Amino acid sequence: MVTTLTIEEKKLWHILEQVTDPEVPVLTITDLGIVREIKINDDNTEIIITPTYTGCPAMDMISMNIRLALIEAGYKNVLITTVLSPAWTTDWMSEEGKRKLKEYGIAPPNPKQQVCSDKLFAADEAVQCPHCNSWHTHRISEFGSTACKALYQCDDCKEPFDYFKCH
Amino acid sequence: MQNFFNSTTSSKVPPQEGFREAYTLHLGDNALILGQRNAEWCGHGPVLEQDIAITNISLDLIGQARNFYQYAAQLLGDDTTEDSLAYLRKEREFKNCLVTEQPNGDWAQTILRQFLFSNYQYLLYQQLQNHKDEQLAAIAAKALKEVAYHLRWSSEWVIRLGDGTEESHKRMLKAIDELWRYSGELFIPAEYEKEVGIDVSLLKNDADNKISAVFEEASLAVPQNVFMQTGGKEGKHTEHLGYILTELQYIQRTYPGAEW
Repeated sequence: MVTTLTIEEKKLWHILEQVTDPEVPVLTITDLGIVREIKINDDNTEIIITPTYTGCPAMDMISMNIRLALIEAGYKNVLITTVLSPAWTTDWMSEEGKRKLKEYGIAPPNPKQQVCSDKLFAADEAVQCPHCNSWHTHRISEFGSTACKALYQCDDCKEPFDYFKCH
Repeated sequence: MQNFFNSTTSSKVPPQEGFREAYTLHLGDNALILGQRNAEWCGHGPVLEQDIAITNISLDLIGQARNFYQYAAQLLGDDTTEDSLAYLRKEREFKNCLVTEQPNGDWAQTILRQFLFSNYQYLLYQQLQNHKDEQLAAIAAKALKEVAYHLRWSSEWVIRLGDGTEESHKRMLKAIDELWRYSGELFIPAEYEKEVGIDVSLLKNDADNKISAVFEEASLAVPQNVFMQTGGKEGKHTEHLGYILTELQYIQRTYPGAEW
Protein backbone atom coordinates (compact mmCIF):
# COMPACT_ATOMS: atom_id res chain seq x y z
CA MET A 1 0.00 0.00 0.00
CA VAL A 2 2.85 2.33 0.92
CA THR A 3 4.30 2.18 -2.56
CA THR A 4 1.13 3.56 -4.12
CA LEU A 5 1.04 6.72 -1.99
CA THR A 6 1.54 9.97 -3.81
CA ILE A 7 3.70 12.70 -2.33
CA GLU A 8 0.57 14.63 -1.44
CA GLU A 9 -0.92 11.63 0.37
CA LYS A 10 2.30 11.02 2.25
CA LYS A 11 2.27 14.61 3.39
CA LEU A 12 -1.29 14.19 4.71
CA TRP A 13 -0.47 10.98 6.58
CA HIS A 14 2.50 12.73 8.10
CA ILE A 15 0.24 15.51 9.42
CA LEU A 16 -2.25 12.97 10.79
CA GLU A 17 0.58 11.19 12.59
CA GLN A 18 0.92 14.30 14.75
CA VAL A 19 -2.72 14.33 15.94
CA THR A 20 -3.08 12.70 19.33
CA ASP A 21 -5.95 11.05 21.18
CA PRO A 22 -7.13 13.55 23.82
CA GLU A 23 -7.81 10.80 26.37
CA VAL A 24 -4.61 8.82 25.81
CA PRO A 25 -2.27 11.58 24.67
CA VAL A 26 0.71 9.29 23.97
CA LEU A 27 -1.21 7.69 21.12
CA THR A 28 -1.68 9.33 17.78
CA ILE A 29 -4.79 8.67 15.74
CA THR A 30 -2.72 6.67 13.26
CA ASP A 31 -1.33 4.50 16.10
CA LEU A 32 -4.94 3.77 17.06
CA GLY A 33 -5.89 2.85 13.51
CA ILE A 34 -8.90 5.14 13.37
CA VAL A 35 -7.89 6.90 10.15
CA ARG A 36 -9.20 4.55 7.50
CA GLU A 37 -8.59 6.46 4.31
CA ILE A 38 -7.65 9.81 2.87
CA LYS A 39 -9.07 11.14 -0.34
CA ILE A 40 -7.86 14.11 -2.28
CA ASN A 41 -10.96 15.28 -4.10
CA ASP A 42 -11.24 18.12 -6.62
CA ASP A 43 -12.57 20.65 -4.15
CA ASN A 44 -11.67 19.22 -0.75
CA THR A 45 -9.46 16.94 1.27
CA GLU A 46 -11.43 14.13 2.85
CA ILE A 47 -10.30 12.22 5.92
CA ILE A 48 -12.29 9.09 6.68
CA ILE A 49 -12.24 8.00 10.30
CA THR A 50 -13.96 5.33 12.37
CA PRO A 51 -14.77 5.54 16.09
CA THR A 52 -13.15 3.15 18.56
CA TYR A 53 -16.22 2.74 20.77
CA THR A 54 -19.78 3.66 19.78
CA GLY A 55 -20.09 6.24 22.53
CA CYS A 56 -16.50 7.44 22.66
CA PRO A 57 -16.75 11.11 23.64
CA ALA A 58 -13.27 11.81 22.29
CA MET A 59 -14.38 11.43 18.67
CA ASP A 60 -15.77 14.96 18.32
CA MET A 61 -12.55 16.41 19.66
CA ILE A 62 -10.46 14.17 17.41
CA SER A 63 -12.41 15.41 14.37
CA MET A 64 -11.80 18.98 15.45
CA ASN A 65 -8.09 18.35 16.01
CA ILE A 66 -7.73 16.77 12.56
CA ARG A 67 -9.43 19.78 11.03
CA LEU A 68 -7.20 22.21 12.92
CA ALA A 69 -4.02 20.33 12.02
CA LEU A 70 -4.90 20.37 8.34
CA ILE A 71 -5.99 23.99 8.33
CA GLU A 72 -2.74 24.90 10.04
CA ALA A 73 -0.87 23.08 7.27
CA GLY A 74 -2.70 25.16 4.68
CA TYR A 75 -5.56 22.90 3.62
CA LYS A 76 -8.69 24.92 3.05
CA ASN A 77 -11.62 22.62 2.51
CA VAL A 78 -11.36 19.77 4.94
CA LEU A 79 -14.10 17.17 5.05
CA ILE A 80 -14.14 14.63 7.87
CA THR A 81 -16.33 11.61 7.28
CA THR A 82 -17.11 9.05 9.95
CA VAL A 83 -17.77 5.48 8.89
CA LEU A 84 -18.88 2.68 11.20
CA SER A 85 -18.18 -0.30 9.01
CA PRO A 86 -16.04 -2.30 9.24
CA ALA A 87 -16.10 -1.91 13.00
CA TRP A 88 -12.86 -0.82 14.65
CA THR A 89 -10.85 -3.43 16.50
CA THR A 90 -7.81 -3.19 18.75
CA ASP A 91 -6.06 -5.44 16.23
CA TRP A 92 -5.69 -2.27 14.12
CA MET A 93 -3.52 -0.64 16.76
CA SER A 94 0.08 -0.34 15.59
CA GLU A 95 2.93 -2.13 17.36
CA GLU A 96 4.45 1.28 17.95
CA GLY A 97 1.18 2.35 19.59
CA LYS A 98 1.22 -0.69 21.88
CA ARG A 99 4.81 0.04 22.89
CA LYS A 100 3.94 3.67 23.69
CA LEU A 101 0.90 2.63 25.72
CA LYS A 102 2.97 0.34 27.89
CA GLU A 103 5.59 3.00 28.44
CA TYR A 104 2.79 5.34 29.52
CA GLY A 105 1.62 2.82 32.15
CA ILE A 106 -1.38 1.34 30.32
CA ALA A 107 -1.26 -2.36 29.48
CA PRO A 108 -1.74 -2.66 25.69
CA PRO A 109 -4.56 -4.81 24.30
CA ASN A 110 -3.93 -8.51 23.88
CA PRO A 111 -4.63 -9.94 20.45
CA LYS A 112 -8.36 -10.60 20.11
CA GLN A 113 -9.47 -13.70 21.93
CA GLN A 114 -12.32 -14.81 24.10
CA VAL A 115 -13.12 -11.52 25.79
CA CYS A 116 -15.88 -10.47 23.43
CA SER A 117 -17.95 -13.57 24.13
CA ASP A 118 -20.92 -13.64 26.48
CA LYS A 119 -19.52 -16.51 28.53
CA LEU A 120 -20.07 -15.91 32.22
CA PHE A 121 -17.40 -15.63 34.87
CA ALA A 122 -14.77 -16.37 32.26
CA ALA A 123 -11.21 -16.60 33.53
CA ASP A 124 -9.43 -13.26 33.56
CA GLU A 125 -7.33 -12.60 30.53
CA ALA A 126 -3.62 -12.86 31.23
CA VAL A 127 -2.54 -9.23 31.26
CA GLN A 128 1.03 -8.17 31.81
CA CYS A 129 1.72 -5.44 34.37
CA PRO A 130 3.10 -2.43 32.45
CA HIS A 131 5.22 -1.44 35.46
CA CYS A 132 7.08 -4.60 36.55
CA ASN A 133 6.23 -6.93 33.62
CA SER A 134 4.72 -9.56 35.91
CA TRP A 135 1.93 -11.73 34.48
CA HIS A 136 0.68 -12.24 38.00
CA THR A 137 -2.20 -9.76 37.80
CA HIS A 138 -5.94 -9.78 38.32
CA ARG A 139 -8.92 -7.81 37.08
CA ILE A 140 -10.57 -5.38 39.50
CA SER A 141 -13.30 -4.20 37.15
CA GLU A 142 -14.39 -4.89 33.58
CA PHE A 143 -15.01 -1.18 33.15
CA GLY A 144 -12.47 1.56 33.65
CA SER A 145 -11.92 5.30 33.43
CA THR A 146 -12.79 5.38 29.72
CA ALA A 147 -14.86 3.08 27.50
CA CYS A 148 -11.74 1.42 26.11
CA LYS A 149 -10.17 0.39 29.42
CA ALA A 150 -10.58 -2.13 32.23
CA LEU A 151 -9.03 -1.90 35.67
CA TYR A 152 -6.36 -4.37 36.79
CA GLN A 153 -3.96 -4.75 39.68
CA CYS A 154 -0.54 -6.37 39.78
CA ASP A 155 -0.17 -9.04 42.47
CA ASP A 156 3.61 -8.61 42.57
CA CYS A 157 4.28 -4.86 42.60
CA LYS A 158 0.71 -4.20 43.86
CA GLU A 159 0.23 -1.27 41.48
CA PRO A 160 -3.23 -0.84 40.00
CA PHE A 161 -3.18 -0.14 36.26
CA ASP A 162 -5.43 0.40 33.25
CA TYR A 163 -5.67 -2.25 30.58
CA PHE A 164 -6.66 -1.19 27.08
CA LYS A 165 -9.12 -4.03 26.60
CA CYS A 166 -9.19 -5.97 23.38
CA HIS A 167 -12.21 -5.11 21.31
CA MET B 1 -46.04 30.64 29.23
CA GLN B 2 -47.28 31.69 25.83
CA ASN B 3 -43.73 32.17 24.63
CA PHE B 4 -42.64 28.89 26.06
CA PHE B 5 -45.16 26.97 24.02
CA ASN B 6 -44.63 29.02 20.89
CA SER B 7 -40.93 28.56 20.95
CA THR B 8 -40.93 24.84 21.43
CA THR B 9 -43.74 23.57 19.27
CA SER B 10 -43.01 23.76 15.61
CA SER B 11 -45.81 25.33 13.60
CA LYS B 12 -45.03 23.35 10.49
CA VAL B 13 -45.98 19.76 9.90
CA PRO B 14 -43.26 17.40 11.09
CA PRO B 15 -41.45 15.46 8.37
CA GLN B 16 -43.31 12.38 7.26
CA GLU B 17 -42.29 9.33 9.23
CA GLY B 18 -42.25 6.15 7.17
CA PHE B 19 -41.66 2.65 8.52
CA ARG B 20 -37.90 2.90 8.14
CA GLU B 21 -37.78 6.24 9.98
CA ALA B 22 -40.04 4.89 12.74
CA TYR B 23 -37.92 1.75 13.11
CA THR B 24 -34.69 3.72 13.30
CA LEU B 25 -36.21 6.02 15.92
CA HIS B 26 -37.48 3.03 17.90
CA LEU B 27 -33.95 1.59 18.03
CA GLY B 28 -32.51 4.96 19.02
CA ASP B 29 -35.17 5.63 21.65
CA ASN B 30 -34.54 2.30 23.39
CA ALA B 31 -30.87 3.17 23.66
CA LEU B 32 -31.38 6.78 24.71
CA ILE B 33 -33.95 6.16 27.41
CA LEU B 34 -32.11 3.27 29.04
CA GLY B 35 -28.87 5.24 28.71
CA GLN B 36 -30.49 8.20 30.46
CA ARG B 37 -31.85 5.95 33.21
CA ASN B 38 -28.46 4.33 33.82
CA ALA B 39 -26.83 7.75 33.87
CA GLU B 40 -28.94 8.61 36.94
CA TRP B 41 -26.59 6.27 38.84
CA CYS B 42 -23.62 8.53 38.13
CA GLY B 43 -22.06 9.22 41.51
CA HIS B 44 -24.59 7.00 43.30
CA GLY B 45 -23.40 3.47 42.46
CA PRO B 46 -23.05 0.95 45.30
CA VAL B 47 -19.26 0.89 44.90
CA LEU B 48 -16.96 2.95 42.71
CA GLU B 49 -16.20 0.20 40.17
CA GLN B 50 -19.88 -0.54 39.58
CA ASP B 51 -20.75 3.14 39.43
CA ILE B 52 -18.21 3.33 36.60
CA ALA B 53 -19.57 0.16 34.99
CA ILE B 54 -23.19 1.30 34.83
CA THR B 55 -22.25 4.76 33.54
CA ASN B 56 -19.95 3.19 30.93
CA ILE B 57 -22.92 1.15 29.75
CA SER B 58 -24.92 4.35 29.71
CA LEU B 59 -22.28 5.96 27.52
CA ASP B 60 -22.32 3.04 25.09
CA LEU B 61 -26.11 3.25 24.85
CA ILE B 62 -26.15 7.01 24.30
CA GLY B 63 -23.52 6.48 21.60
CA GLN B 64 -25.82 3.99 19.90
CA ALA B 65 -28.72 6.44 20.20
CA ARG B 66 -26.62 9.13 18.50
CA ASN B 67 -25.82 6.82 15.62
CA PHE B 68 -29.47 5.90 15.12
CA TYR B 69 -30.66 9.51 15.46
CA GLN B 70 -28.06 10.80 13.03
CA TYR B 71 -29.30 8.27 10.52
CA ALA B 72 -32.97 9.01 11.26
CA ALA B 73 -32.28 12.73 10.83
CA GLN B 74 -30.75 12.02 7.46
CA LEU B 75 -33.82 9.99 6.45
CA LEU B 76 -36.28 12.59 7.73
CA GLY B 77 -34.46 15.48 6.10
CA ASP B 78 -35.50 19.12 6.46
CA ASP B 79 -33.82 20.58 9.51
CA THR B 80 -34.09 17.47 11.65
CA THR B 81 -30.93 16.76 13.63
CA GLU B 82 -29.89 14.16 16.20
CA ASP B 83 -30.43 16.85 18.81
CA SER B 84 -33.92 17.83 17.69
CA LEU B 85 -34.89 14.15 17.82
CA ALA B 86 -33.61 13.73 21.35
CA TYR B 87 -34.61 17.08 22.79
CA LEU B 88 -37.71 18.25 20.95
CA ARG B 89 -39.97 15.27 20.51
CA LYS B 90 -42.87 14.69 22.84
CA GLU B 91 -43.64 11.67 24.94
CA ARG B 92 -46.05 10.15 22.44
CA GLU B 93 -43.43 10.39 19.68
CA PHE B 94 -40.96 8.19 21.58
CA LYS B 95 -41.05 4.53 20.59
CA ASN B 96 -38.91 2.93 23.29
CA CYS B 97 -40.02 -0.26 24.99
CA LEU B 98 -41.62 0.20 28.41
CA VAL B 99 -38.90 -1.74 30.24
CA THR B 100 -36.26 0.88 29.36
CA GLU B 101 -38.13 3.70 31.09
CA GLN B 102 -38.83 1.91 34.38
CA PRO B 103 -37.26 3.55 37.44
CA ASN B 104 -33.84 2.46 38.67
CA GLY B 105 -35.26 1.24 41.98
CA ASP B 106 -32.45 -0.47 43.86
CA TRP B 107 -29.36 -2.09 42.35
CA ALA B 108 -31.24 -5.37 41.82
CA GLN B 109 -33.93 -3.67 39.74
CA THR B 110 -31.36 -1.80 37.64
CA ILE B 111 -29.41 -5.02 37.08
CA LEU B 112 -32.47 -7.02 36.08
CA ARG B 113 -33.63 -4.29 33.69
CA GLN B 114 -30.18 -4.24 32.07
CA PHE B 115 -30.09 -8.03 31.82
CA LEU B 116 -33.54 -8.28 30.20
CA PHE B 117 -32.69 -5.51 27.76
CA SER B 118 -29.13 -6.61 26.90
CA ASN B 119 -30.32 -10.16 26.32
CA TYR B 120 -32.85 -8.83 23.79
CA GLN B 121 -30.43 -6.33 22.24
CA TYR B 122 -27.66 -8.89 21.82
CA LEU B 123 -29.95 -11.25 19.88
CA LEU B 124 -31.44 -8.36 17.91
CA TYR B 125 -28.11 -6.89 16.82
CA GLN B 126 -26.80 -10.28 15.80
CA GLN B 127 -29.58 -10.26 13.20
CA LEU B 128 -29.56 -6.54 12.49
CA GLN B 129 -25.87 -6.60 11.52
CA ASN B 130 -26.96 -8.51 8.40
CA HIS B 131 -29.90 -6.22 7.61
CA LYS B 132 -30.14 -5.02 4.03
CA ASP B 133 -30.13 -1.42 5.25
CA GLU B 134 -26.37 -0.92 5.37
CA GLN B 135 -26.34 1.87 7.92
CA LEU B 136 -28.52 0.00 10.43
CA ALA B 137 -26.32 -3.05 9.86
CA ALA B 138 -23.15 -1.04 10.48
CA ILE B 139 -24.49 0.51 13.71
CA ALA B 140 -25.49 -2.94 15.00
CA ALA B 141 -22.21 -4.61 14.05
CA LYS B 142 -20.28 -1.84 15.76
CA ALA B 143 -22.38 -1.97 18.95
CA LEU B 144 -22.58 -5.76 19.18
CA LYS B 145 -19.18 -6.14 20.82
CA GLU B 146 -20.18 -3.63 23.47
CA VAL B 147 -23.57 -5.23 24.04
CA ALA B 148 -21.89 -8.63 24.53
CA TYR B 149 -19.97 -7.00 27.35
CA HIS B 150 -23.18 -5.55 28.87
CA LEU B 151 -24.90 -8.90 28.70
CA ARG B 152 -22.05 -10.72 30.37
CA TRP B 153 -21.73 -8.13 33.11
CA SER B 154 -25.47 -8.00 33.88
CA SER B 155 -25.85 -11.81 33.73
CA GLU B 156 -23.09 -12.21 36.28
CA TRP B 157 -24.77 -9.67 38.54
CA VAL B 158 -28.16 -11.41 38.31
CA ILE B 159 -26.44 -14.60 39.48
CA ARG B 160 -24.40 -12.82 42.14
CA LEU B 161 -27.52 -11.23 43.65
CA GLY B 162 -29.95 -14.09 43.13
CA ASP B 163 -27.55 -16.65 44.55
CA GLY B 164 -26.09 -14.25 47.11
CA THR B 165 -27.43 -13.40 50.54
CA GLU B 166 -30.98 -13.71 51.78
CA GLU B 167 -31.35 -9.96 51.35
CA SER B 168 -29.98 -9.81 47.79
CA HIS B 169 -32.15 -12.79 46.80
CA LYS B 170 -35.22 -11.07 48.22
CA ARG B 171 -34.41 -7.94 46.26
CA MET B 172 -34.07 -9.87 43.00
CA LEU B 173 -37.49 -11.41 43.62
CA LYS B 174 -38.93 -7.95 44.09
CA ALA B 175 -37.20 -6.72 40.93
CA ILE B 176 -38.72 -9.61 38.96
CA ASP B 177 -42.09 -8.69 40.41
CA GLU B 178 -41.69 -5.09 39.27
CA LEU B 179 -40.23 -5.67 35.81
CA TRP B 180 -41.40 -8.99 34.46
CA ARG B 181 -44.63 -7.57 33.05
CA TYR B 182 -42.56 -5.34 30.73
CA SER B 183 -40.31 -8.12 29.41
CA GLY B 184 -42.75 -9.48 26.84
CA GLU B 185 -43.09 -6.30 24.79
CA LEU B 186 -39.50 -6.59 23.55
CA PHE B 187 -40.53 -9.59 21.46
CA ILE B 188 -43.94 -8.44 20.24
CA PRO B 189 -43.33 -6.67 16.93
CA ALA B 190 -44.88 -3.29 16.14
CA GLU B 191 -46.09 -2.64 12.61
CA TYR B 192 -42.85 -0.91 11.54
CA GLU B 193 -40.81 -3.85 12.83
CA LYS B 194 -42.91 -6.22 10.78
CA GLU B 195 -42.50 -4.04 7.70
CA VAL B 196 -38.81 -3.18 7.74
CA GLY B 197 -37.23 -4.58 10.89
CA ILE B 198 -35.99 -7.80 12.37
CA ASP B 199 -38.80 -10.15 13.38
CA VAL B 200 -38.30 -9.98 17.14
CA SER B 201 -40.85 -12.74 17.79
CA LEU B 202 -38.29 -15.16 16.31
CA LEU B 203 -35.74 -14.13 18.94
CA LYS B 204 -37.96 -15.05 21.88
CA ASN B 205 -36.94 -18.70 22.15
CA ASP B 206 -33.25 -17.93 22.41
CA ALA B 207 -33.99 -15.10 24.83
CA ASP B 208 -36.09 -17.36 27.05
CA ASN B 209 -33.39 -20.03 27.05
CA LYS B 210 -30.77 -17.54 28.17
CA ILE B 211 -33.04 -16.19 30.92
CA SER B 212 -33.81 -19.72 32.14
CA ALA B 213 -30.13 -20.63 32.26
CA VAL B 214 -29.12 -17.50 34.15
CA PHE B 215 -32.11 -17.65 36.52
CA GLU B 216 -31.44 -21.28 37.28
CA GLU B 217 -27.90 -20.49 38.28
CA ALA B 218 -29.20 -17.56 40.30
CA SER B 219 -31.75 -19.74 42.15
CA LEU B 220 -34.58 -17.67 40.72
CA ALA B 221 -37.78 -18.98 39.18
CA VAL B 222 -38.95 -17.72 35.79
CA PRO B 223 -42.48 -16.30 36.31
CA GLN B 224 -45.24 -18.01 34.38
CA ASN B 225 -48.43 -16.63 32.86
CA VAL B 226 -47.85 -12.97 33.62
CA PHE B 227 -49.92 -10.45 31.68
CA MET B 228 -47.53 -8.45 29.49
CA GLN B 229 -47.82 -4.67 29.24
CA THR B 230 -47.33 -3.21 25.77
CA GLY B 231 -47.66 0.14 24.02
CA GLY B 232 -44.22 1.75 24.29
CA LYS B 233 -43.33 0.92 20.70
CA GLU B 234 -46.40 2.89 19.57
CA GLY B 235 -45.79 5.82 21.89
CA LYS B 236 -48.09 4.78 24.73
CA HIS B 237 -45.91 4.91 27.79
CA THR B 238 -45.98 4.41 31.51
CA GLU B 239 -46.09 7.55 33.62
CA HIS B 240 -42.30 7.47 34.02
CA LEU B 241 -41.28 8.58 30.52
CA GLY B 242 -42.70 12.07 30.96
CA TYR B 243 -40.50 12.67 33.99
CA ILE B 244 -37.40 11.40 32.18
CA LEU B 245 -38.05 13.74 29.24
CA THR B 246 -38.75 16.65 31.56
CA GLU B 247 -35.25 16.34 32.93
CA LEU B 248 -33.56 15.37 29.68
CA GLN B 249 -35.15 18.14 27.62
CA TYR B 250 -35.25 20.90 30.24
CA ILE B 251 -32.43 23.07 28.87
CA GLN B 252 -33.62 22.96 25.26
CA ARG B 253 -37.22 23.64 26.26
CA THR B 254 -36.24 26.54 28.49
CA TYR B 255 -33.51 28.05 26.31
CA PRO B 256 -34.33 26.88 22.78
CA GLY B 257 -31.25 26.43 20.65
CA ALA B 258 -28.88 26.70 23.62
CA GLU B 259 -25.39 25.37 22.89
CA TRP B 260 -22.34 24.80 25.03
